[in-house]
Amino acid sequence: MNFAIKNQFSLKHAAPFIALIGLILLGSLVNPHFLSYSNLIQNVATRSSFIAIIAIGATFVMAGGGLDLSVGSMAAFTAGTMILFLTANEQDAGAGIIALSMLLALAVGLACGLFNGLVITLGRIEPFIATLGSMVILRSLFTYLANGGSLSISPALKEIYAPVYEGSFLGIPIPLLSILGVGAVAAVLLYKTPFGRHVIAVGSNEDVARYSGVSLSRVKVLTYMIQGLCVGVAVILYVPRLGSANSATGLYWELQAITAVVVGGTLLKGGQGRIWGTIAGAFFLEIIGNILTLSNVNVYLIGAVQGVIIIIAMLIQRGINRR
Amino acid sequence: MKRRNFGYAAAAMVAIATGAKAEDKPVVIGVSIPAADHGWTGGVVYHAQRIAKAIEANYKGVKVIVKTSPDGAAQASALEDLTTQGITALVVLPHNSDELTNPLKKVKAKGVFITVVDRALSDPTINDLYVAGNNPALGKVAGDYMKANLGKADIVIIRGLPIVIDEQRQKGFADAIKGSDIKVLDSQFGNWSRDDAFKVMQDYLTKYPKIDAVWCQDDDMAVGVLEAIKQAKRTDIKMVIGGAGMKEMIKKVADGDKLMPINVLYPPAMIGTALELTAAGLVNKIPVRGSYILDATLVTKDNAAEFYFPDSSF
Repeated sequence: MNFAIKNQFSLKHAAPFIALIGLILLGSLVNPHFLSYSNLIQNVATRSSFIAIIAIGATFVMAGGGLDLSVGSMAAFTAGTMILFLTANEQDAGAGIIALSMLLALAVGLACGLFNGLVITLGRIEPFIATLGSMVILRSLFTYLANGGSLSISPALKEIYAPVYEGSFLGIPIPLLSILGVGAVAAVLLYKTPFGRHVIAVGSNEDVARYSGVSLSRVKVLTYMIQGLCVGVAVILYVPRLGSANSATGLYWELQAITAVVVGGTLLKGGQGRIWGTIAGAFFLEIIGNILTLSNVNVYLIGAVQGVIIIIAMLIQRGINRR
Repeated sequence: MKRRNFGYAAAAMVAIATGAKAEDKPVVIGVSIPAADHGWTGGVVYHAQRIAKAIEANYKGVKVIVKTSPDGAAQASALEDLTTQGITALVVLPHNSDELTNPLKKVKAKGVFITVVDRALSDPTINDLYVAGNNPALGKVAGDYMKANLGKADIVIIRGLPIVIDEQRQKGFADAIKGSDIKVLDSQFGNWSRDDAFKVMQDYLTKYPKIDAVWCQDDDMAVGVLEAIKQAKRTDIKMVIGGAGMKEMIKKVADGDKLMPINVLYPPAMIGTALELTAAGLVNKIPVRGSYILDATLVTKDNAAEFYFPDSSF
């Protein structure tokens, strides 16, 4: 890769962050409380963590030319199993049992991702249909686990577990640290390892990748497993927030994650992935919602304004990229 | 001849042909309800299945078929499927009144007894029996309580989704607090979701330095509201009023939780009321045609025990 191309790329890379800064400036004009630590860091960045982390996984899937519509249902199902496990071990309530339940969440996410990956590669089914299928299956399994209602952990367990969502280290909330940690690992994996290059190769052109000796199936299955693992991490942060999951848990998360990935500069058709851009994209989406609640836009028009802001941001990015 | 698949245009003719209901045939009650997409509808599914079993056990020869549908279009198809199976009566909680009025008209034309639950149809002549909670009263009861107990106060509202039920509740509430010193600072949608209500409440807390009370009309959303207040460690909020009668919230009322002094009932078990009335009307031949509106009962510490069902899913 020569330097000229590298320079050109760096401007492209900056586009989502420029959009994010623009939005933050807009927010500071709308409401004086917007720029406060408690709003921007404690509230907004913290609650964007679920979508941000899931979207990091989606960046792998989409960079490899795939798509995963099941992440929202997977989050609900994973949260459901985790809560049931915690409830079943209520008598040993403590940090140990919570750590075990976290491992369980990661394992369930991994297994769901493996299932998606195998259906897509061995079954040769389009990712859209395969993951639409698992989206419905996992949602229904959750409803079954919850007996149609909600699942909650006991107040005592919630008390022990709460710091994972509410706590902070050196003033940085743990969910925000988790985003940065997952992002750093993901960036190394995608940019610095042979596996990352294979993901990009498969997403750019499957035939070329296959002739170069890349195992398409192995790479694809691994991207869905990474996605599942990320869902597991997101659930670990989600459960302590309200201590419960119900049928609205994870609803439309797949759309939000895909939007975050695309706003972050990754192409829907694959062949390229932007981890930090995706994180900026997730912040971007959460901040739009925050600004609209803080402003005095007519409630019925909030959706329209949200859509317009996203389209304008994409147009500006397109403008920057063309230069 | 009922089994043959006629076109829509022929439906009316079939109705005339089979108009004389076969009294000797077994009674089959079809139940069409939304899938469990939030806590309350989850409760509806739970109680529909529970009462369906009870009815099959209590009435000899009565069969109940329960079908859940994720959206209005799917429910319209489910209604066709149920009708093809040959049902005597249909208990339906429509996703959306406008969308399902015509499909229900077609079911009615086949001579099926129609019980509509919760969401009224645009054409009320279709239903033989209408069972519902009282939405305007749900808002009014909460509003009356706030008016009587708050005095001069700044409150925020979290609404559900922009549909008729939500508007009726809003109007009931707004009329109740009219002429009082209660000022509504803000009113936004929380989509009857815990997570969305949590976000809206966090943003309200950022936006307004002093909030006296929150009305969020639904107990699922109250879960998110209470958590947001707790995490922000704000002490200015004197009360949070939800509604519907979720077991966790009823328990808080019973335990004398300071932040949640009351609840207003809007029970998902009303699907059971509808099923029982329908079955009783068909089998025991008692008159049930008409409207049956449940009270939006005010639940306080004194009567909370009466409405606490720890085994329910909602």
